[in-house]
Amino acid sequence: MAVTNSQTAKLTLPTDEQIVITREFDAPRHLVYRAYTTPDLVKRWFHAKRGTVTVAEIDLRVGGAWRYVMVTDSGDEIGFHGEYRELVPDERIVATEVYEGAPEPYPGEEVVNTVTLDEVDGRTIWTLVIQCPSKGVRDAIIDSGMEAGLQDALDLLEELADSLR
Amino acid sequence: MARAATTADAFNAVAEPRRRQILDALAGGERPVNELVRVLGLAQPQVSKHLRVLREVGAVDVRENGRQRLYRLDGRALKPIHDWVKAYERAWADRLDELDAVVQELENEEEGRGSDE
Repeated sequence: MAVTNSQTAKLTLPTDEQIVITREFDAPRHLVYRAYTTPDLVKRWFHAKRGTVTVAEIDLRVGGAWRYVMVTDSGDEIGFHGEYRELVPDERIVATEVYEGAPEPYPGEEVVNTVTLDEVDGRTIWTLVIQCPSKGVRDAIIDSGMEAGLQDALDLLEELADSLR
Repeated sequence: MARAATTADAFNAVAEPRRRQILDALAGGERPVNELVRVLGLAQPQVSKHLRVLREVGAVDVRENGRQRLYRLDGRALKPIHDWVKAYERAWADRLDELDAVVQELENEEEGRGSDE
């Protein structure tokens, strides 16, 4: 997969059940891994400039649980939790994720997030693959609030991605 | 003729499966209507109707080439859909910008201490 310039996250939809996000970091991967797996550091970036992370619990072992809670600027509290499935220090994190505020009919639906860190010349290519249980869940993640029925347009978007750039 | 409200924007225009098929077919390059008729297996009046809707929202463009009218895709009209995905992408972009700031700080700390790896 092509990687864009360093300051830009790039999203692609390679299959109906996947979301893939890539970004490059100008730092070795062990630092990205540390920032990704240390609770106090997670609190500093997970908010995505849209609120405050109030809870970041990480039991960093296979089978261990994680939970993040964020309070958005508009006052909503949203929680995410899951379990680590696979951990390769500095290289790979596979974990499940449940969005605690998922709308009907998706409460409790679980996605599997795979973060891969590839280091090239001291830079890190970060890739997140969000594997969803269904196209509906995937679209709901992207959609968050738009009316139903438009999700199929994503099929089109995948095929037309080049003409849209 | 009054334009049907339900097909007046790109979202609605591409919500119809046949119209998505047309756009898919045009993604490979411009085509005359008879080729679209063949690819879709629909009658020409139906194809023309769908093409008209797609032209109304600007998703498809047409040009005369001798006796043929060639239809082609215009990606700009599909930008609202692109923007829809973009909103989610932007949230991640912002999150990763913050992660980047933390990572850079860690790197500075590490360099400040000298290499301890």
